[in-house]
Amino acid sequence: MIKATINNIEVEVKEGTTILEAAKKAGFKIPTLCYHPDLKPKGSCGICVVEVEGFPSMKRACMTELVNGWNVHTNTAAVRAVRKELLELILANHEMDCPTCIKNNRCELQSLAATLGITTLKYKQSFEKKNLDNSSMSIVRNPNKCILCERCIQVCEEIQTVNALALSKRGSETIITDAFDEGLGNSVCVNCGQCTVFCPVGALYEKSDIDKVWEAINDPEKHVVVQEAPAIRAMLGEEFDMEPGSLVAGKMHAALRRMGFDAVFDTNFTADLTILEEGTEIVGRIKNNGKLPVITSCSPGWIKFMETFYPHLSEYVSTAKSPQQMFGALSKTYYAEIKGIPPEKIVSVSIMPCTAKKFESKRPEMKDSGFQDVDFVLTTREIARMLKEAGIDLKDMPDEPADDPMGQYTGAATIFGATGGVMEAALRSAYFLVTGKELEDVDIVAVRGMDGVKEAEIDVEGLKLKVAVAHGLGNARKILDKVTRQLEKEGRSEYHAIEIMACPGGCVGGGGQPWGSDMAMRARRGETLYKEDKSLPYRRSHENPSIKLVYEKYLEKPNSEKAHHLLHTHYYKRNKIDGKVVQE
Amino acid sequence: MNIVRNHILISIDAGTLMAGARAVEDALIKELTKYGLDKEVSVLETGSLGITGRGVVLVVYPEGIYYADVTIKDVPELVEEHLLKGRPLKRLILTEAPKRTIITKEKTGLLKEQPRIVLKNCGFINPENIDEYIAAGGYEAIAKALQTMTPEDVVNEVKESGLLGRGGAGFPTGLKWEFAIKTPGDEKFVICNADEGEPGTFKDRLILEGDPHKLLEGMLIAGYAIRATTGFVYIRGEYSLSIERIEKAISDARSYGLLGKNILESNFSFDIFVKKGAGAYVCGEETALIESLEGKRGHPRNKPPFPINAGLWGKPTLVNNVETLANVPEIIRNGAAWYKGYGTEKCSGTKVYTILGHVATPGLIETEMGTTLKDIIFEYGGGIREGKAFKGALIGGAAGAFIGPEMLDVKMDFINLREYAAALGSGAILVMNEDTDMVDMLKSVLHFFKHESCGHCAPCRLGTAKLVDIIDEIAALKGKKEDLERMVEITQAMKNASFCPLGQSVSLPVSSALKYFRDEFMARVS
Repeated sequence: MIKATINNIEVEVKEGTTILEAAKKAGFKIPTLCYHPDLKPKGSCGICVVEVEGFPSMKRACMTELVNGWNVHTNTAAVRAVRKELLELILANHEMDCPTCIKNNRCELQSLAATLGITTLKYKQSFEKKNLDNSSMSIVRNPNKCILCERCIQVCEEIQTVNALALSKRGSETIITDAFDEGLGNSVCVNCGQCTVFCPVGALYEKSDIDKVWEAINDPEKHVVVQEAPAIRAMLGEEFDMEPGSLVAGKMHAALRRMGFDAVFDTNFTADLTILEEGTEIVGRIKNNGKLPVITSCSPGWIKFMETFYPHLSEYVSTAKSPQQMFGALSKTYYAEIKGIPPEKIVSVSIMPCTAKKFESKRPEMKDSGFQDVDFVLTTREIARMLKEAGIDLKDMPDEPADDPMGQYTGAATIFGATGGVMEAALRSAYFLVTGKELEDVDIVAVRGMDGVKEAEIDVEGLKLKVAVAHGLGNARKILDKVTRQLEKEGRSEYHAIEIMACPGGCVGGGGQPWGSDMAMRARRGETLYKEDKSLPYRRSHENPSIKLVYEKYLEKPNSEKAHHLLHTHYYKRNKIDGKVVQE
Repeated sequence: MNIVRNHILISIDAGTLMAGARAVEDALIKELTKYGLDKEVSVLETGSLGITGRGVVLVVYPEGIYYADVTIKDVPELVEEHLLKGRPLKRLILTEAPKRTIITKEKTGLLKEQPRIVLKNCGFINPENIDEYIAAGGYEAIAKALQTMTPEDVVNEVKESGLLGRGGAGFPTGLKWEFAIKTPGDEKFVICNADEGEPGTFKDRLILEGDPHKLLEGMLIAGYAIRATTGFVYIRGEYSLSIERIEKAISDARSYGLLGKNILESNFSFDIFVKKGAGAYVCGEETALIESLEGKRGHPRNKPPFPINAGLWGKPTLVNNVETLANVPEIIRNGAAWYKGYGTEKCSGTKVYTILGHVATPGLIETEMGTTLKDIIFEYGGGIREGKAFKGALIGGAAGAFIGPEMLDVKMDFINLREYAAALGSGAILVMNEDTDMVDMLKSVLHFFKHESCGHCAPCRLGTAKLVDIIDEIAALKGKKEDLERMVEITQAMKNASFCPLGQSVSLPVSSALKYFRDEFMARVS
């Protein structure tokens, strides 16, 4: 144990505790800027400096471990002066258009200026205005707001291992950009949007479709339908100052209805459909000695990652489209037919915790309905902004169900939003598809939780199904490298099925989630989804009456020719320089 | 063996090469052959003779007469007069030379003589010939270490010698080695920091160019002492001649069995590789150097862990400066007690200085620790050029301190200068005469830092840029009195919150310039 004093208050902490953590224990909050609890401290901003007796210069609290006998001072005049000076310099190099900034009221720099009591500016704004990077379908980068905290680089490099972002140039000319400064849209960026979640300021954010969605809603000729991803119901409340992890499924449906959507459906419906399609595919491949393991395909960040870095595994990835795209295709075919609405009049909107979904919706092959299957994708943050603009406070909403015929869902669908959820849902139905019997205990806890890579073995009446789950692309690499080695060496892998989600925590940790969240909040949202799962009357996808109906009325059976046409897709090979398709 | 009457040693360094040293060398040989003197007079290449800015420099032995600014046109006259007729060519003789280049092996106490430890062979031997280094006692020290000393003995000897690291900070070398030997590790590295980038400093270059084997021997001894297997010379990319010579030295040492497996039939195996830097000043900082060596962007790492615990590829790594390592063979050969006979009590040995600016004879000297600044400038440097008055000096490079005339009597060593809020740093001494504009001087220092800030931390990245904005305003007579306070506030923040020594050290030139030359700054602001 380490004994030291912080502002003359004695503390006793474990060896390896940083000054920042120890100070918190002693009751002092040291201001930080570049620090993020989920990342290794980089110490780029210097805001958290403190004085340690006996040392000629200050130390960074975020990355300095407390040493036995140290006397630390976090709030001396000198410390305050240095922090203010640094913040003044940072502000002079930051485009301060706060009221119109996407991060207004959510900006960590803005709140730090308030915390440090900066009310007048010492230095004039002096930075060279640079162009916005609008090249990506998912993410906008505004270098004029960037404070070079390097969080985006860290998450892209260390957690996601995509390495799309890096520092370029030197000194005061330093910028963060993609490898060849050609724009994120022309890079290996997989659009996961984790950089937008970690950015403390308004330098990285989703490319917005808000205006286009309002335009569609306001157009009386258009029939605007909306779907919401499983994870949205566990995070939208945060945007309305509700407790993290509040379940707002009913309020969400009510709010969207009041916003003016013509039909409020739910992506959970097509999540159940995905399980039937993908589950049937898994069972088929096992029975017919097909390519194993089957790897899930719901996460579009993962799909682009696979196409770029693991194209040799593309034949193993399930051909089933993601729930968003299945929904899009059905909204302009099945729903259009039932309702007698010309599909060209239907505008299909999705609300996703994800930025990569914007890219996915615009993939050229996603037009199986004869139209663009999903017209607009909004992130959780965007729909919150629209609801606020519409004067709708989620807290005040009643609980309402989604509309038929694409609104009913099971507990298996709702857990899609948490890491391991797709695998758990698939196993619940695969058991039935193989044995014709129901899996008694549907809670497969081995695949739940925040461990980076999880494994489980399920006994399906003698058939031992070995599965693995990875979330975050760095973790995905671990399991994919293992599978690659096994396939090369032995011609087969020990796994039958693998779930991969691009974002840490799964969709509850998606790139479109509310600002200011950390891994702990992601975990809480996941728990919320498991709670909803438990509370629902149906917990196996194949039990969903609306799913039975869609097969009966329209798709015939899972993996039928029609289902294949509308609900399945194919993949490309991309190069590792600009992420462009090199091979169909 | 062929006995020769005269040796002509021609200085081949980056400066003389640009002045046409190779053409002069060719002309000399041709001219000597014309007179049939080519058997009697040998023309040899050597490293720098310590004289800069004077064109092609050469020395004729046994007379020991130095010639400077020699051109091809001068060659026929030089050969005819000096080498044929035996009459030194007066118009080309470098008159200041004897003062600067008397080399004593024994300590004589005579001020003008340079006690040379590090530069002992520079200007005497052909750096591209390993036999000449060996003939001058080279590789004796590593043989002594391998045959008569344990690694611990070597560390103790270096510790005992009191050698302080010559890279700038003056950390005790022996202590660093002791940490290294105590750190457990299956694989350890020795890195020679030859990324000499401090403005006005070229001492390491002259060691690399003039006596590359001495550095290799120093690295071998360090490797043996800490039980390392591999060494790297991280060398400034612009130092093309140094790179050429160190690479040749490595290849020759390998062919002599002085690098590689079982050196001198011992159990010690060690090899050395060269890595060229890409020109960033920050890569002189040891952790940024290691990042660069690993193939990454040259950004400093957080310390701890120090390289000695987790350095190159996470392995224990000893990083020492060129001059530090070049001291080591002499310490091992002659013993710590001999070494401590040089310098001051707290700071033993010698220091290589580069003297430049408005002095009569700019160049490179080696002198004992504790020599006063006055002696360095007025004796070795020949005083101020054109009879002007001394105004001040910038000691230790851009990251050093400005001083005024009141500091001339200060004894120069790592420890003593700390008391005056100055630093010996790289050993660069930039001398300024009475006409020097101090605002302009500080301006150029600050522009340098802005250009070289790596960009990782906000204090340095933004602080250097803001300091440049301010000093540019002051230089353009648009500054205000408050701007001087602003500069102090910025450098205080940089000193306390910069990530690495680069940003931390900017306060030194700024605060010292404002301390010694405040009036001049005040006169420029409103």
